[in-house]
Amino acid sequence: MKRIVILGGGTAGTMMASHLIKRLKDDWKIIIIEPKEDHYYQPGFLFMPFGVYKEKDIVKKNRSLFPKKVDWVKERVANIDHQNNSLLLKNNEKITYDILIIATGSHTVPQETEGLLGDLWQKSIFDFYTPEGAIKLHKALTEFTGGDIAVHITEMPIKCPVAPLEFAFLLDSYLAKKRKIRNKTKITFVTPLSGAFTKPVASKILGHLLEEKNIHVVADFNIEKVDNQKKCIVSYDGREVSFDLLVTVPTNMGAKLIEDSEIGDELNFVPTDKATLQAEVKENIFVLGDSTNLPTSKAGSVAHFEAEILIENILDYINDREFSHNFDGHANCFIESGYGKAFLIDFNYLQEPVTGRFPLPKLGPLSLLKKSRLNHLGKMSFKWIYWNMLLKAKKIPLVGATMKFEGKNIKGE
Amino acid sequence: MPQKTIAGKEVEVNEEGFLQNPNDWSKEVAKEIAKEEGLELGDKHWQVIDYMRSDFQETEKSPTVRRITKNSGINTKDLYQLFPGGPGKKAAKIAGVPKPVGCV
Repeated sequence: MKRIVILGGGTAGTMMASHLIKRLKDDWKIIIIEPKEDHYYQPGFLFMPFGVYKEKDIVKKNRSLFPKKVDWVKERVANIDHQNNSLLLKNNEKITYDILIIATGSHTVPQETEGLLGDLWQKSIFDFYTPEGAIKLHKALTEFTGGDIAVHITEMPIKCPVAPLEFAFLLDSYLAKKRKIRNKTKITFVTPLSGAFTKPVASKILGHLLEEKNIHVVADFNIEKVDNQKKCIVSYDGREVSFDLLVTVPTNMGAKLIEDSEIGDELNFVPTDKATLQAEVKENIFVLGDSTNLPTSKAGSVAHFEAEILIENILDYINDREFSHNFDGHANCFIESGYGKAFLIDFNYLQEPVTGRFPLPKLGPLSLLKKSRLNHLGKMSFKWIYWNMLLKAKKIPLVGATMKFEGKNIKGE
Repeated sequence: MPQKTIAGKEVEVNEEGFLQNPNDWSKEVAKEIAKEEGLELGDKHWQVIDYMRSDFQETEKSPTVRRITKNSGINTKDLYQLFPGGPGKKAAKIAGVPKPVGCV
């Protein structure tokens, strides 16, 4: 029996398992390797600091999510030996494969920044990219009585590049409405980018929104260190931003295993063909989700679209055909803007986010790059869609893997 | 695309002054661009520039700051001092490779 092994049972890996179980014949054994018991709905981390969700609202057991007929190996992997099509597990067992799918994701590495894990860590400095961080930040925010809050991005790329902006917007509305201390708080958005976002049209619109909400922007800020005594962050060019509360997104990196197996780039992301999703290192290895080095967002929507492309290409590979599907970099993200409203952006490798309607041209009902109540309701209902459709590899009506140009105002406004 | 004369040579540059054709680059051109950026190139500058050019030839992508500091032997602090105000962009411009596509 032939074996296909999925490395990593997060968003991308679970979706691939669901696709494979539906499409592969019985002569294939599907194995998923994932050491953790729990699967978090990661978009929910954004809402935990504001008390919208508790941890129990966004977590399920992997046992209930992996398809029944998939073999789950609950162990860590020490090394990928791509020359011998074999994996070495931490318990010294070996697993060989005919096809390997890498879905080991990305995670925060606070150790990369000098002083970040110092005395103030999880006292005045928090992240919201981990459940522990989001829980502790919630407590800190409920005890906060006013002062300087810096919302900070360490280094690009990060998982869900809009999340820090969303956090700043939600923080503004939380402090104003719920805590009534917005007038006693200065919010500063500190970014290594030259503006609010990575793409020009969206950056301009979201930049205006930051201004409207009286959120100060410190751009082109490349952090050298955290000064725990002076309570400030310091950039390589000597600028300082002081804080009473620092909410930071630490450096994001791919799995250590990728570095140890010598198949990654300088951030341990795996060089991947941006159209076919085949790893550059070997023809029987494929990569999807946050673990790739592709020039698109690290986001669940991207993993979802990639999975719909990759399942077709894997079937092509198995049947000795040329690859029939090309990934276009499609990403689709809701951006919470506070006060019960949200934006929606839809873009790919070549087309930056612009205004328009989605998913149907003219009819919408969702608006692109414009805040609306309906977009917010879309974002909140996404949790159900995630558990019940995305992870189960069910198609979302009207939203295809390839981005549609119809309905977009391509020249900007 | 605008034309420009650098070190006595007619070259094509984009709006931000990045060379459009890698073959237009020479050490003389690099020195001239550096001068426009207010920099006098020393050995350490060349160490970075040489790395960036060879990495670009290999990968067809401009290296990120992290990649430069990991592989060129120049640490991050020094890199920021060598090319003040955005080493990724500035060094790329002088090395005649495209502006790094930092992020998405």
